[in-house]
Amino acid sequence: MIRLIDVHKEYDNGTKALKGINLRIEDGEFAFLVGPSGSGKSTIIKLLTAEITASQGRVIVNGYNLNNIRRWQIPHMRRTLGVIFQDFRLIEKKTVQGNLEFAMRTVGASGREMRKRIPYVLELVGLDDKGDAFPNEMSGGEQQRVAIARALVNNPKMIIADEPTGNLDPRRSLEIMTLLERINAMGTTMLVVTHERDLVNRFSKRVVAIKDGELIRDGQGGYYRA
Amino acid sequence: MRRFNLGYFIKEGFTSIFSHGLMSFAAVCMIVACLIIMGSFSLLAVNVDDMLSHLEEENEFLAYIDEDFTPEQARTLMEQVKQMDNVGEVKFITREQAKADYLKGHESEGLYVNMPDEVLRDRLSIHVIDLERFSETVEAVKALPGVANYQAAGKVAEGFVAVRNAVTALAYVLIGILAAVSLFIISNTTRLAAFARREEIAIMKMCGATDGFVRWPFIIEGLLLGLMGALMAFFLQWGVYGAVSRALAENGAGALFTLMGFGQIWKRVLTTFLAAGSIIGALGSSFAIRKFLKV
Repeated sequence: MIRLIDVHKEYDNGTKALKGINLRIEDGEFAFLVGPSGSGKSTIIKLLTAEITASQGRVIVNGYNLNNIRRWQIPHMRRTLGVIFQDFRLIEKKTVQGNLEFAMRTVGASGREMRKRIPYVLELVGLDDKGDAFPNEMSGGEQQRVAIARALVNNPKMIIADEPTGNLDPRRSLEIMTLLERINAMGTTMLVVTHERDLVNRFSKRVVAIKDGELIRDGQGGYYRA
Repeated sequence: MRRFNLGYFIKEGFTSIFSHGLMSFAAVCMIVACLIIMGSFSLLAVNVDDMLSHLEEENEFLAYIDEDFTPEQARTLMEQVKQMDNVGEVKFITREQAKADYLKGHESEGLYVNMPDEVLRDRLSIHVIDLERFSETVEAVKALPGVANYQAAGKVAEGFVAVRNAVTALAYVLIGILAAVSLFIISNTTRLAAFARREEIAIMKMCGATDGFVRWPFIIEGLLLGLMGALMAFFLQWGVYGAVSRALAENGAGALFTLMGFGQIWKRVLTTFLAAGSIIGALGSSFAIRKFLKV
């Protein structure tokens, strides 16, 4: 669950990235966060992952109040999230299996847990035969599936996808979005940040639009016009 | 879930050493150089200290008792001296005994055989505990009524103390400087390793890794580099020390300065090197990684 209550963010250089954002996303929801470049989308992602803190207002993620979260609690909060990036951010020198093991090891998973969980997640994203492949041997769509698998492997409550289809062609983008929708149907909350209008309009989901740091629209199943 | 994965940390730390081998090699060389210089000065200080402790064992002076003092008064004076601060053993030597001792050293000189006992005075042989307070103790004894004169080789003792203090101070200063240099080098090595892996670190942090989980492999890398450097430095130090000992013995200086055998001190040297190497390695890495944990 995400709650932003009258959130303002002003950076040290004086840029006002967010101006009083109010937003509530319930457990199990699927929401698109849309808006043009510089609208404040990335700032919201950074706030939700506790990379930065709000200048004013309250930010609550999966029960953690990020305004007064202690440093040692941040890793525990992040374990409730899976984050997917536009540029995949896979470790090139590790295989697909290695990338997933790496993510699981960071939270202290045992070898047994890895052997049980990784094949399941790879099958879920349609890469069950690619465990030994290296990222540079795969297409962009496959690499993003690996990134989704990595986000899922620690069984998070919520996935935050930051422009997950930004580097993909329309067909692969549709595949990825369909996969995210399927994962959401299994109970994982999904927040997808994008500015791809056609893709958003194709899915009948909640659309939260921001512009110049202000929330300008929040509607269920509506069409999005830039 | 296992909270502490030591095997993984050691493997990662070890792998990282070889993934930027040249920088690791430079760091080990720097640690070796620093430890050798630190070690050499420390060993010099240890040897001077050892010589001084030998000197302290024979650290006595003579206080001559006034001829007018009766034997009872002389013994009272001895008790007074015994009660004084920094005074160890005190021996009363009668003039007869003093003459006998003197003659032992001059057996070939018949001239002294008929020397009357009255020529010499009764005396106290006084052992000083702390050589650094030698002069102060001599002055205190001299001030006692009944002490007519004294004989003390204070200048030599004070000279040794001054040398020991200077060497020890120099060793501390050098140890401080070289430890800082080593920390800086190790820190830079780790910083390079962390920079090369900054993407991995960011991913780890985003997946929920704790600071400790990210930090430990780097600390272990620093620790291993420090230990490698310490072991190499130990064997080099052994060689250098042996060479210096032999050189001193061969050119005759051994009569003046005898170095302690390496067998007597190798455990101390090895322990100190390993401790210094591992502390420098672990601390250097710890400092370097801090910046990369802010994700």
